[in-house]
This record gives sequence, structure tokens and C-alpha cells, in this order.
Amino acid sequence: MTTKLFGEPVRRREDARLIIGKGRYLDDIGAQALAAAFVRSPHAHARITDIDVEGALDVEGLVAIYTYEDLTGPMAEPLPVLIPHPQLHAPRTGYPLANGEVNHVGEPVVMVVATDRYLAEDAAERIVVSYEELPVVVGVDAAREAASAVHTEIPDNVAARHHQETGDVEAALAGATRTLSFTQYIERSACMPLEGKGVHARWDPADSSLRVYSSTQASTSVRAAIAAKLELSLDAVEVIAPDVGGGFGVKIVHPWPEELLVPMAAIKLGQEVKWAEDRREHFIGSAHERQQRQEITVGYGDDGRITALDVHAWHDNGAYTPYGIIVPIVTATQLVGPYAIPVYRVVVESVYTNTVIVTPYRGAGRPQGCFAMERTMDRIADDLGLDRAEVRRRNLIQPDQFPYDHHLTFQDGRPVIYDSGDYPGLLAKLEALVDWDGIEARRAEAASRGKLLGAGMAMYVEGTGPGPYEGGHVQVLGSGKVLVATGLTSQGQGHETSFAQIVASELGVPIEDVEVTTGDTRRFPYAVGTFASRAAVMSGNAIALAARGVREKALRIAAEVLEADPADLEIEDGVVGVKGTPGATIPLRTVAVLSNPLRYAFDEAAKQATQFARAGSDDRPPVAVGDAPGLEHRDYYSPIRSTFASGAHAAVVEIDPKTWEIDVVSYAVVHDCGNVVNPMIVEGQVHGGVAQGVAGALYERMAYDADGQLQNASFMDFLMPYATEVPDVVIDHQQTPSPLNPLGIKGAGEAGVIPGTAAIASAIEDATGRRIAAMPISPTELYDVMRSPDWEGTAAAGRRTGVGA
Amino acid sequence: MKPAPFRYADPGSLDEALDVLVAEGEGAKVLAGGQSLIPLLSMRLAAPATLVDINRVPGLDAVEATGDGVRVGALVRHRALLHDGAAARVQPLLARATANVAHPAIRNRGTTVGSIAHADPSGEMTSVLALTDGAVTVATPSGRSVVGWRDLFVGPLETSLHGPAVVVDAFFPALAPRSGTAFAEVSRRKGDYAVCGAGVVVTLDADRRVERVRASYISVGLVPEVHDLTEAVHGAPADSADWAAAGELARTLVDPDGDLHASADYRRLLVGVLTERTLAEAATEALERTAA
Repeated sequence: MTTKLFGEPVRRREDARLIIGKGRYLDDIGAQALAAAFVRSPHAHARITDIDVEGALDVEGLVAIYTYEDLTGPMAEPLPVLIPHPQLHAPRTGYPLANGEVNHVGEPVVMVVATDRYLAEDAAERIVVSYEELPVVVGVDAAREAASAVHTEIPDNVAARHHQETGDVEAALAGATRTLSFTQYIERSACMPLEGKGVHARWDPADSSLRVYSSTQASTSVRAAIAAKLELSLDAVEVIAPDVGGGFGVKIVHPWPEELLVPMAAIKLGQEVKWAEDRREHFIGSAHERQQRQEITVGYGDDGRITALDVHAWHDNGAYTPYGIIVPIVTATQLVGPYAIPVYRVVVESVYTNTVIVTPYRGAGRPQGCFAMERTMDRIADDLGLDRAEVRRRNLIQPDQFPYDHHLTFQDGRPVIYDSGDYPGLLAKLEALVDWDGIEARRAEAASRGKLLGAGMAMYVEGTGPGPYEGGHVQVLGSGKVLVATGLTSQGQGHETSFAQIVASELGVPIEDVEVTTGDTRRFPYAVGTFASRAAVMSGNAIALAARGVREKALRIAAEVLEADPADLEIEDGVVGVKGTPGATIPLRTVAVLSNPLRYAFDEAAKQATQFARAGSDDRPPVAVGDAPGLEHRDYYSPIRSTFASGAHAAVVEIDPKTWEIDVVSYAVVHDCGNVVNPMIVEGQVHGGVAQGVAGALYERMAYDADGQLQNASFMDFLMPYATEVPDVVIDHQQTPSPLNPLGIKGAGEAGVIPGTAAIASAIEDATGRRIAAMPISPTELYDVMRSPDWEGTAAAGRRTGVGA
Repeated sequence: MKPAPFRYADPGSLDEALDVLVAEGEGAKVLAGGQSLIPLLSMRLAAPATLVDINRVPGLDAVEATGDGVRVGALVRHRALLHDGAAARVQPLLARATANVAHPAIRNRGTTVGSIAHADPSGEMTSVLALTDGAVTVATPSGRSVVGWRDLFVGPLETSLHGPAVVVDAFFPALAPRSGTAFAEVSRRKGDYAVCGAGVVVTLDADRRVERVRASYISVGLVPEVHDLTEAVHGAPADSADWAAAGELARTLVDPDGDLHASADYRRLLVGVLTERTLAEAATEALERTAA
């Protein structure tokens, strides 16, 4: 059947538009708009003593200059703490423009509006801000030592102490046959969408209404934030996410200062105002992620089975906590992965530093949790002389243990109960895919070429599709066109294709007739946003339910016309027919026309629905009580809790023992996200995620110096890998449907990035025999590891060379 | 990331270009391929009052390969030099080094002479000019002069050229008989500035023994230098010389700095490794050329 497209590798319908330059990104909008530019703090921590704008006033084209002094009402208050949490005992957020103090390089201090961006930057350059520098805190260790404080009234720099435990870990560790403890680090990285943030605002004074375009992952919530901060009625504000050139998490944070200031200026000036973030601004004025120090103690038996796990992590949250402690919670709860951990305690201390804020970046705390758990597995295997896959296998949750309750509380406030999965199946597929048993032969072959070869693996479970809800609206027009809308946004995930596949399958219409709109509050005002691998789970199911509602109504109307029982009808290729009775059909578009009783015929098709067109029932109203005109339906999907996807990755590296260059020569992925809407899109998500995983393991880091200056705030020095650095990825699939949602799907967006750091660290350790406890790692750092005479070696390396225990 | 205001001139002749440079004084900057200059403008790290775009100036876009060497005009793009067979025959280092210059998009636009005039010690062609003992031709209002590489490079991004001047070409002498070359880099990502790069020339005597070995390194030191490594391998048969010893010698001669991507020690390590590898390759070529 041509219309059953669910599960098919349908080519992305949006690509032609995007590839030939017909995309409509933020900076494509409002060519005549005034341009905003920002004076940003050059200091990591300082008091502002003076702002002198005199020099800027004679710049031709200058329209306005705003400082904190110009902010009034809610705009003069701190930005919202978006996700409050009882354990976030000392939340802090910045102001739209700095209020007397700056806490990281890049914090906005002054907004300049001019007739174009060049002139706005000319004026910004001439504004002189005087600062009194304050002591700077950079890095988790400095924050923990708290020799100085980021926020004076928080002397220990601790924003939150997130704590969960599932039993008496002290007793369990005391009773363990074996224990080991270690400390490891993971460094800062960031999302780096190729399109930075951006905002365009247009105020209609006659209508007293505001239209805002924002390169956001959450247009409905940006709308609410703008209305609240600018004291506008919600109905006077519409927010649209146009084509968005990547998000990866950074654009779920809102309202960014610029998202409030640009509309504020548009209203005050009565003119269109636009700001498009440049790359340097994105480095120092957006968000980063990942840095943690992890202290891990694990108890286990001689068989490698874990009996207790105790994790104490310090998480660098940067200067402010607008996104609460979501990343620490995700690390804490997703750390346990696919394993049965009898007793688990985790404390994550979220600490302030004078650096860019830390908010979710694809993976959102999971890569760190995976790094902790998987490296623990490697250490146990090393200690016991067991195969690393075998230790993992012995600790896996078994297929008959679902639903599996970890007795933890997830980022959505709901219990961490795994809905379904087959983790031994993943591991078996991975071993086959990467030929785990053949690694020793490959090691020998590489050695004959003078290379050190090593392999590593890492498994993960990813909670996806958290609530509270998403909605979908499906409407069949008299033309036969099917309009689909959902409130969450798209940043390149292929929603125009996958959502259309769902509707085409559910409704029985050609995909060519389906048009999908996302992220436009005019079309669908209720939504949460696109993050946490939730779009397919949440909006996919909501849209499916909406399509089913349309189908039910269509069959009801068609049944009357065809004088049949709705249960005997089917819809295929956009035509309703009686099953088994050729010729007894009515096109869906005609049903759509008939669904809306008309007085006025505005075209040929509409005539069919007018009051004299056909005999009706005189004793019933044209629109039945409880019914509504039109062939449309709106529905929502609100899950009881998240659904848990899973996967396993293996990396094989070759290292040049002369230059210490590290080459990922094989990368294998086994992936389980339940039922798959479009396998091509899922594989694309995995590829992109793996690229970011490799990036985080070997290339990308935010290099702050001790003064809080970001040393590599450009694509010249921040090493986002090119295609030449990303290995070929081989993928195998496993499908364990989720029992929690109608379509049986689980999220797929973030999975690819999660195990990269853990698997590659393990592979490098395997290749070199030296302990790798800090990631990412570069050749120059590996050289330091290898030439350090007292660097810890692995027991496995000792066994291989026949020395050591 | 928008440049500060600047005036723009696109003269149609070299004389006109020099006139503009004279009129505009120290605030004027010559624009050729723009692959370094335009980013500097956009980041407001440079704010020249006037850009003198020489792309319309005729006669600057030729590669002339003769028995003496290769003359590369100021508007020759890296890509043109990379694919110039005659130039590669006369001086094989040109194509070998140019292949390492960034990515195709940058090679299509960026000019070889521009990268030399930019004097970035991370640039390949500054080093090649040094290793081949080359020179540039400089046009000023008072006439033309030839400036050898030793007199040209003063410091990172700094040349000895001041006042109104246009570098109109660079001349790379031909590879000597019985000689071979090689060029290699280690970079973090393909096409990045090298963490360390090495270009070498090995010259053999009539008995196919090593007569002379010279090397120049990329991203090592503040200005391009040429190191004579002959003493480590002098007189050794070319097919069995101890190139590692030359690498060891090279390590003692260089004085690299550390940065975000490589410590000084790591750079020194790479100098040794790349020297050894490139010399072996260059010696093979020298043997072939000696046989022929």
C-alpha cells in the first residue's frame, strides 16, 4: 500500500528546499530591520563602575542605546529560573543587561540599535565600560575549593546538592568482596549549531501586537516569557521558529536576554529590530556543557557483579542556573545505564564558576554518566582479568525484568522505570558487528604496521520523550490537502517528513498531500519544546492521535453518504470506500467539504455542502450537538513517564606511537529506539550524534584560562571535527517497542553522542595500556601520558606483555 | 563580526595601485585573496583605513617555470600552483606544500604570494620560500627591488616591507640536481594549520651519498628558518642513512612554543618524527633523480 509509510526510509522532504538555499532562517527575515549589537563583558568577574556612551553618539545611523538603567518592570528583574527544584537551594540568574556586576566574559552589558549591523558594531566599539575586576573562579576544582566566590552571598559556590540513593551504600560497600575507587574528569564542550541564535521582532502599533521570529527550540514558551517580561497580553504576541540551523540544546534555553531586549526595542522604537548572533557571541554568550569531576567507588564480587555504587560528582554550572539542575539530574539518574545496581548513591554538587552558563547539550549529562558507569565496568574487568564485554553482560538487566524500577527520580519528576529493552541482545549484536573476538588479531596486524590498536565499548540507556505533553492538529481541506501542526519546533530533525509519514499512514492519504508546520504559535499555541529526544515520541503520538480523530470523523460522515457502517469503511490513497465493495467510494476531500455545512458556495466543491445541495434530515441540526464543523481534530499526548531507549557502541582506535595521533578506524553502533518512523532519519541522527561523540572525545573543548578568558572562541581553534575526522559508522538496529505510547516509539535524537567519550577512552586505554581518566584527550596530552614514567598502567597491559599481575 | 569602516579601491594597474597606496599612507592594506585579511577585518583585529584590491591589476596571475626556478605572480591562487605541472617539475616542493594549504575552498581563493606577504609562521609557503632560498619582487613608487626571504620575514605576521609597496611575485629557485624533496604535516584536523610541518631537501653526491640536508618547519618558531642537518648523515649512502639521527639533530636545533593544540615538547617530538619520515622520502626521490 502506498500510504503505509510508517517505518519506511522516506527521503527527507525538507532537504531540497534547504539544500538549494530556499530555507528561511532567522537572518533571511527582515532585510530592512534595524540591527542590534551588544557590548559584552571582557572580564570574567567584575563590578561595573561606569558606562560612558558619549563616544558612540555621533556614529551615523545610531538609533538607540540601552543599559540596565533603561529596563523597567519585570525586565529589570533577574531572568527566570526556568526549572526550579527543591535541591537547587541557591539559584542565580543574570539580568537581560548586566546590573552592576558581570559574572562571565560575554555577559551582555549594553545593547546598541542602529540602521545596520556594521554601524551598530561601530557604535558598540566606542562605548566605554569601566570595570573593577573581582577574583575569578574557573573550573570545578577551583569552584569546590571556593577560595573566592562567584556570587558573594554563596561563599561555597554550590548552587545545588543533588542527592539520590536506593539503599545503604556504606553498608553495601563495607560488605563488598572487592572495591575500587577512582577520580576522573570530563571537559567542557558546547552545541555549536551552524546557525547561532537570533531574534527578529516587529511591533504593529495599530494592532498593538508583536510578532517575533526566534531561532529557538521552544517558541510557545518564548512567547509566554516575552508576554510576561514585556507585560503584554499573551494574545498580542506570536512567536515563530523559522528554519533553524541546528539547536542541539542551546536553543531550548529561554528567554535569552536578546529574546527579550530585541522585542523591547522594537516596541519602543516602533520599528523592526533584528539580532543575529555571530560566532564569537555564540562561544561566549550562549551555553556550554559537560565539565564534571567524578569520584567513584564501586563494590563488586569476584565474578564482576556490582553490589554497590557510590558516585560523588562536581558539575560546573557556569555563572548562572537558568535551566536549574537538569544536567546534574540526568547524569545522576542515567549513569546506571543498562545495569542492575543493587545499591546506588549519587551526589552531584552543581557549582558556580565565572564562565558561560551550562545547560543541556545533546546528551545533556548522559555522556558524563555513561563515562562514569562504563569506565567503572572497564576498571572491574581490568581488576579481575575478565573480558570487558563479559563484565558488562553479567551486570545487565535481563529482558524478563521489565518494567525495571531503579527507584530513582528522573528529570521529569517521574520515577526511572525502564519500560522495555533487550540489553543482552544489544551487547550480542555489538560484539558481532565489531567482531569483538577478533580484536586481538587486529591488534597484532596493526602492530606489524607499527601502530597501537585498541578497542572499547560503552552501553547506555536514554530516558526520552519526557512530558508534560505535546499536541497535534490535523485538518483535511476541501482541496484534499492535509494540514498538520504541532507546537514544538524543528532544527533539522526531518519533522516535515516523519510527522507526514505518521499522518499519511494513520489517515490513509498520499504523503504528497500532507503539509507539516512546527514551532508556529499561530498554528499551535500549546507546546513544550524540542529537547530530550522527545519530538517523535511526544508530537509523533499526538499527531497520530489527532489523525485518528480525523479518520473517525471522516468515516462517520462518509458512512452517512455511502449508507454504510463506519466499521466497514477504509481510507486508501485519500479515498474512503466500503471494504470489499468496489465503486462505493467518496474522496476524503469531499468528506472534508461535507463536514462543514455551508450557506455560501465560494467554489464548485463548496456547492456540495450548501443547504439546498442534497436532502438532509429536517429533525437534526446541520452540526450535531457536540460536533464541530470541519474535518479536523486536535489531540494531545501526555505520557505517564519517559520511555527508555538504549544502545551500545564500540570504537577501535589506531595510535601512531611516534606522533601519538589517534585515529578512530572502526565505529559500531547498535541502536534500539523502539518502533522506527523513518530508519533513514534515525540513522542520520545516529551519525550526527557519533560525530559529536568523537568530537567530545578527541577534539572539542572550551579552553578557559585562569582569568576566565575563553582561549579558543572561534572555529579556527575550537576543533569541531570535519568529515575527515569522523569515522565511518556501521549500524545495527534492534526494535523493542515502548508499551507506553500508541506508536511504540522511543526517542532517537541524542543517543549517538552518549557513549563516544567512554568508548574511545576505553579504546585508547586498551591500545596504550595507560589509564585514561580525563577526556577529551589530544595527541599532545597522550604524549604526556605516555612519557610520564609513573603514569598508572592497566593490569591488562601488564598481562599482555607477561609482566605485572 | 562586521569590519570597521574602510575605503575600498580597486585599481586597474600596478601604477594606479601604488598611487593609491601613496595617497592613503600607512592605513592602506593590499587585498589579494583575502583568506587571512578578511577574517581579521571581520573580527576587528585589523582596521585598515583603505583596502587596495589588486585583483583587477593585469599581469600578476602567471606561473612562470624556467630552468632557474618558478616565478609566481601575486594573483596566482594556491590551486593554480598546486596543479601547475611545469612548476612541479622545476621545484616539486611547490605542489607538495600547496597540497597542505587549508581546504579546496581556501586554495581556490587564497594566493601563494599573499600568504607569504602575510608572514604567518604557520603558513606553508613562507617556509617553502625559505627552504628553496627564494625571494620576492617588491614594487614601490621608486621602482622594483628583490628581497630575499631572510630579509623579508621579521616576526610573526610581520615583514620588513613598509610604506607603499606591492609584492608582485615570489621566485622559488629550481631544485638542484641529484636532489629530492618531501613535505609533511601533522595537524589536528585535515586542512588545519599544522601543529608541526616539515619540508626537506636532500642532495646527494655523484656516489649517491648524502651531500647536503636542509629542513624548514611550519608552526615552529616565530619566523621561517632553514636548518642544515647535513652533519648527522653526511656521506651516508642515501638508501641506508640514519635519518633518525637527523631527526634527533633537528630536535636540538628548534625552539618551538607551546599553544592550545601542542606543547613545545610535543612540537619538538614532531620535528624529529617528521624530519626522519620526510628525509627518507626525499632521499628516495633524490636517488631516482640521480639515476635519471
